[in-house]
Amino acid sequence: MNRLPKSLFIGGFITAAMVCTAILSRFWTPADPTGMNILQRLKPPGPAGLLGTDQIGRDVLSIIMSGAWTSLGIAVVATVIGGAIGIGIGVMAAAKGGSVERLVMALNGVLFAFPPILSAILLGALLGPGGLTSMVAIGVFMIPVFARVSRAAAIQIWARDYVKAARMAGKNDVLITLEHIFPNISAQIIVQLAIQTGLAILSEAGLSFLGMGVSPPTPSWGRMLAESQTYLASAPHLVLAPGLAIAIAVLGLNLLGDGLRDLTDPRRRQNT
Amino acid sequence: MTRLLTLFRGLLVTAAVLLAASLVIFLLIDAAPGDPAEIMLGTSAQADTLAALRHELGLDLPLFSRYLSWLGGVFVGDFGQSYTYGVAVGELIGDRLTVTLPLTVMATALAVAVSLPLGVVAAARPGRAEDNLASLFAQIGIAVPNFWIGLLLIVTFSLNLKWFPPGGFPGWEAGFNAALGSLILPSIALALPQAAVLTRVTRAAVIEVTNEDFVRTARAKGLTKRRALWRHTVPNALLPVVTMLGLQIPFLISGAVLVENVFNLPGIGSLAYQALSQRDLIVVQNVVLLFVAIVLVVNAGTDALYARLDPRLRARK
Repeated sequence: MNRLPKSLFIGGFITAAMVCTAILSRFWTPADPTGMNILQRLKPPGPAGLLGTDQIGRDVLSIIMSGAWTSLGIAVVATVIGGAIGIGIGVMAAAKGGSVERLVMALNGVLFAFPPILSAILLGALLGPGGLTSMVAIGVFMIPVFARVSRAAAIQIWARDYVKAARMAGKNDVLITLEHIFPNISAQIIVQLAIQTGLAILSEAGLSFLGMGVSPPTPSWGRMLAESQTYLASAPHLVLAPGLAIAIAVLGLNLLGDGLRDLTDPRRRQNT
Repeated sequence: MTRLLTLFRGLLVTAAVLLAASLVIFLLIDAAPGDPAEIMLGTSAQADTLAALRHELGLDLPLFSRYLSWLGGVFVGDFGQSYTYGVAVGELIGDRLTVTLPLTVMATALAVAVSLPLGVVAAARPGRAEDNLASLFAQIGIAVPNFWIGLLLIVTFSLNLKWFPPGGFPGWEAGFNAALGSLILPSIALALPQAAVLTRVTRAAVIEVTNEDFVRTARAKGLTKRRALWRHTVPNALLPVVTMLGLQIPFLISGAVLVENVFNLPGIGSLAYQALSQRDLIVVQNVVLLFVAIVLVVNAGTDALYARLDPRLRARK
């Protein structure tokens, strides 16, 4: 128990707290996150609200709590899109090798040249801004990341003797991938899933900040920051809360990823 | 000869990927709703006027001809005419580059200036206070959104201390100092996540090279720890740092779009964003292609540089 990495505990705790907050916000928030109260507008933290109120008198804490659901929801779906496609083509490239592998990696190069914001600008032109555009734009950028990681990990497993033995026993690529490759690369993939979900939260916040994320009145951390720009001098508390929420959520997932990596790779634990 | 062949192959791959990316961009933008002729002339324009303009812009040509015509124009520096600004897209991009280019160069220089010493010091004293501080900086820097840092910098250094302007760009014609001054806070905001990633990579690379035989030999020959570190370890640890600098380009571009928005800078990122909201899709199309080309060329350049700097890779080829 003592040998578990510290970052795993801290990251796991922060991430669990974020998930719980996101789920709790579906049932309870201190106030209605969309309820306006002009008389109570731009109040600093205090009786009007634990984290104050915004420009139309909404409770900042309630919007932050509901924003956790939005952020996490989009980040998880984007990561699932990127992960499912990326891992699929990564392990396929490792299994097939040769020209299939070269083609897949070249296509990866094309996708990697489109950072989420560029994809969102392109998709925004086609579909208009919104949650779906964010999910797809972020997910597409993750495909090459997952493909590279899973391909590199799978190539190592393909070189193992037990895989060669399975092949000699007459098993085909699909069966070997399902029985031997996936179980042996799952640790590296789980690490990547945690880290990429954190990066997806950052990307989602950036897209919402630019107005290319979920539409109002759906609460969003990025849009809270965009709206706070007008009130930087009169209500600086509006800048602090959403920014801290994003940073803590991403930090938690990064630490969780680091902790899982240390846990699954003892060499790293010794080196770091 | 082999090196030239490798370089040529790298160029060919980059060109092929760029061509594929240009097709993706063109098809997506082409499928987007909105008639450029109607955007330029307004919804009340006569049908024959609209048709004439469509013909003039080449919009009545078949899909593939339009793609080839755009691509051909790009090759000779003709990116088309902006629907809303009424000027050549190339001219617009050129103007905006005078802001984005110095901003990204300043941010990268700042990130390298901070991360290299920090990463080296952390690696030289693993587990000590310096190392913990560097790790903390790296973790926080990666997690914190750069547009939030931008807002905090505005509140602190512009609104409270009044050291820097809160946003806007006076233009280089207003004087070097005034223009540079307006880019300092944005470049700090843009540099932070980069510096965090580079600190991590530098630390890991220096630790790895420290354990190499040639460093041990250098120490055995009587070199001090500090001299062995700066003369043998650090130069050899720079390779992964160079690679990471190349891989950071997509994030630098994304960051520039956001930071330009926070500081109201008339850069190329904000041009793409404004063009999207105005449905000036020809501008969006060219700016996205430019960004993609930058990512691909820098990555190819990094690969070539890496192969050139690392004698082991040279030998393998």
